[in-house]
Amino acid sequence: MIDVKCRLNGKEHTLRGHSMARLLDVIREEAKLTGTKEGCGEGECGACSVLIDGVLVDSCLVPLAQVQGAEITTIEGVAHSKHQKLQQAFIEHGGAQCGICTPGMIIASAALIDRCQGRVPNTAEVREALAGNLCRCTGYMKIIDAVQAAAKP
Amino acid sequence: MIVGTKIPRKEGLQKVTGAARYVDDIVFPDMLHGVTVRSTAPRGKIKAIHFAPSIRWNEFTVITAKDIPGKNYVALITYDQPFLADTVINHPEEPVVLLAHHDKHVLEEARRAVTIEVEALPPVLTIEESLAKTQIVWGQDNSPHENIFKEYTVVKGDVAAAFARQDVSLFEAEYATGAQEQLYIENNGMIATYSAQDGVTVWGSMQCPYYVHKGLLPLFALGDDKVRVIQTETGGGFGGKEEYPTLLAGHAALLAMKAGKPVKMIYDRQEDMAATTKRHPSKTRVKSAVTKDGDLVGLDIDFVIDGGAYNTLSPVVLSRGTIHSAGPYHTPNVRVHSRAVATNSPPHGAFRGFGAPQSIFALERHLDEVARKMALDPVALRKRNFIRQGETTATSQTIREPVDLAAVLDKALAAADYDAKKKRFLAMNPSSVVKRGIGFATFMHGAGFTGSGEKTLASVVGVEALANGHVRVLAASTEIGQGTNTVFAQIVSDTLALPYDMIDVAQPDTRDVPNSGPTVASRTCMVVGKLVQSAAIGLEQTLVNAGDYKHGAGADAFAAACAKYIAKHGSLKCYSQYQQPANVEWDDKKYQGDAYATYAWAAYVAEVSVDMATYEIRCDDFVAAQEIGRVVHPVLAEGQIEGGVAQGIGYAIYEKVVWKEGRMANGQMTNYIMPTSADAPPIRVLFDEQPSPHGPFGAKGIGELPMDGPAPAILNAIAMALDVSPRAIPFLPEDLMALVKK
Ligand code: FES
Ligand code: FES
Repeated sequence: MIDVKCRLNGKEHTLRGHSMARLLDVIREEAKLTGTKEGCGEGECGACSVLIDGVLVDSCLVPLAQVQGAEITTIEGVAHSKHQKLQQAFIEHGGAQCGICTPGMIIASAALIDRCQGRVPNTAEVREALAGNLCRCTGYMKIIDAVQAAAKP
Repeated sequence: MIVGTKIPRKEGLQKVTGAARYVDDIVFPDMLHGVTVRSTAPRGKIKAIHFAPSIRWNEFTVITAKDIPGKNYVALITYDQPFLADTVINHPEEPVVLLAHHDKHVLEEARRAVTIEVEALPPVLTIEESLAKTQIVWGQDNSPHENIFKEYTVVKGDVAAAFARQDVSLFEAEYATGAQEQLYIENNGMIATYSAQDGVTVWGSMQCPYYVHKGLLPLFALGDDKVRVIQTETGGGFGGKEEYPTLLAGHAALLAMKAGKPVKMIYDRQEDMAATTKRHPSKTRVKSAVTKDGDLVGLDIDFVIDGGAYNTLSPVVLSRGTIHSAGPYHTPNVRVHSRAVATNSPPHGAFRGFGAPQSIFALERHLDEVARKMALDPVALRKRNFIRQGETTATSQTIREPVDLAAVLDKALAAADYDAKKKRFLAMNPSSVVKRGIGFATFMHGAGFTGSGEKTLASVVGVEALANGHVRVLAASTEIGQGTNTVFAQIVSDTLALPYDMIDVAQPDTRDVPNSGPTVASRTCMVVGKLVQSAAIGLEQTLVNAGDYKHGAGADAFAAACAKYIAKHGSLKCYSQYQQPANVEWDDKKYQGDAYATYAWAAYVAEVSVDMATYEIRCDDFVAAQEIGRVVHPVLAEGQIEGGVAQGIGYAIYEKVVWKEGRMANGQMTNYIMPTSADAPPIRVLFDEQPSPHGPFGAKGIGELPMDGPAPAILNAIAMALDVSPRAIPFLPEDLMALVKK
């Protein structure tokens, strides 16, 4: 068991667990933030996406020991950030159907919007940026609409 | 009116903030986790179960078939599938032992420490082996029906006479479709509790709470009120959570009963892919008789699906596939013979489209091949044969509502720029490494249960008003992403002329909501939605009759009338039950008559590119045009079509289940590939609206429709690009390589 100090959604946090515990499980079970989902457990679906120091990662592949001192953002942190707009856009444009991929999609979209620094990403860029996040419901069209709408300054 | 507008999805906010609670997000105090130990052989007899001494088994809750308090079968159409295999193994994922423990990690070790000793018997692994009866694996009774779950014959006109005509050309070919995994992103999961007083309660991811309810009653030999089933937020279903959840709910509840504690069972991706249902693989032989002008005068279709080890829903899947196999054409002479056969793989089950994508693939590919051989324009060939109002389908159903599929096709072709692109691609392809093609498919899809199905279901919906004037819809129809909550709320809102925000939809819980039937068959909006509407009308009528309210008097007047009524009578609820429309008739013996109350009509166009250096196949553009009655919610409706098209693209060119001894060998997202955002093309959705009298505000069903068209449209485009005749899906680069090297 180790104690890992980090910032989780802007607040100081100590996460306790086995050093090799998956960050996904620690976030869900220790920090009780269940918005981050598991879809495959092997880095393929992106349902478990979080930002670590602003970088998009699959939390099912990250061992707890690796986030010492890191800044972690989960979907629960998005509501209070500038990316709240993304959530609104997903609702308006129909980007969330069953909703299970949605937290991961929004996290991945937030990373893209940050990278674009105020520019609206074109469709190809959005498709590329979200290629690690699988959605079985939407066919991606409405997700792309939502991301581009939210990226508008 | 908010029907027809894109009002925000009811549960949208919870979903985008991560607050929506799916089954794995729910934790009970002192909860155990449960796992399943499965057979390893596809067929055999259980000789012994060994528990390795390295594990302290007394810390675990252990269940085998011997622990089942009631009947060891999953009650569905027939009672052949056990909850836990006792002596016989019929497929390689057969559950045999259940284990529960507080610690997930210890549990995994224990699972590996159980060995099931099986005396292996030779399995039947393909449709061909099953039909050849190399082994009898189902229904041993020396009858012709051994290995056959269900068989149908549909006859219209005189096929033999049509094929004997002097003025027709005859064509014949066989088409095949593979299994497909539903691949909802949320795996199957359940939590169960048990107490002597309340009986069994389960929470979980599911489409059909009352299927689970029906299945648990005999398993525990409990009365109706001692089994309670609650749907939690469900992360996609597509049919994959239609029948399987009953099995998992039973497992979790068996463990909970023995342990005396709540038990949670969540499948990981690999177990979910390997053990739960998939789309039925199929083989279809199509024979056709066509005049030189392109009149389709005879169709003789032999359609076979692989049902896997148990009957489950195969007869119903077969039925839909059979009825849709002759397509949206008025062919005067049709014979369809169809069978669902048994093999030793896990039971195949419900998946969006439900048999229709398989048989439609065969026919739409076939018609393109006929056009090519006869040097006819594939568009003209289809148009000549489309059913028009007053004409009949293969089951001799007269289409009474107006239909103009030719107009839908024209719309799709225009949007796709079909003519110009086809010309351009044909001119460019000979000198290009990347060959391009454009193809299409035309089809129809019946909404609701087949034939007398809705009458038998006799679904019930309730509507309840609260003292503050809020109205709650009480139905077992589940929100699985398709928009049930939103659509029901829209229907009530417009029916009662009340604001959308005053309408809620109750969580499906068998204690509180009536059985509105399963959430399947594109029936929720059209069939259940109509019941929601009539229950709402009944509720309002109650207030009107009480002399306290007038339609359209407004939210405040409504709330005041409700408060007054509830103060006097305690509550205000109104129920409505399905009644078969007077002019819908179906003969279950002859398989003739009105197979569905109404149909949606569609034309899909796909554009592909095929790189002959790498054999990479891509779908570059997609147009989906359909007539679906009144569009209740344009964003949700488009979303349904787009999502279905993406699944159809996966079915056609990405998603291949690799079978090894009856087991899925590639049960991982790394090697079973569904389309990503980088693979999926832009999808343009076009609607024609021909309001249907059978649905609320003229709506029809749309959920399954988009699954039918993409595969034949894409394969037709590949056929055009390469001048080949691919007849099987999935069609992957290795299949292309094999085809062109032949
Ligand atoms: S659960 Fe982490 S990528 Fe799928
Ligand atoms: S909305 Fe269901 S998986 Fe994306």
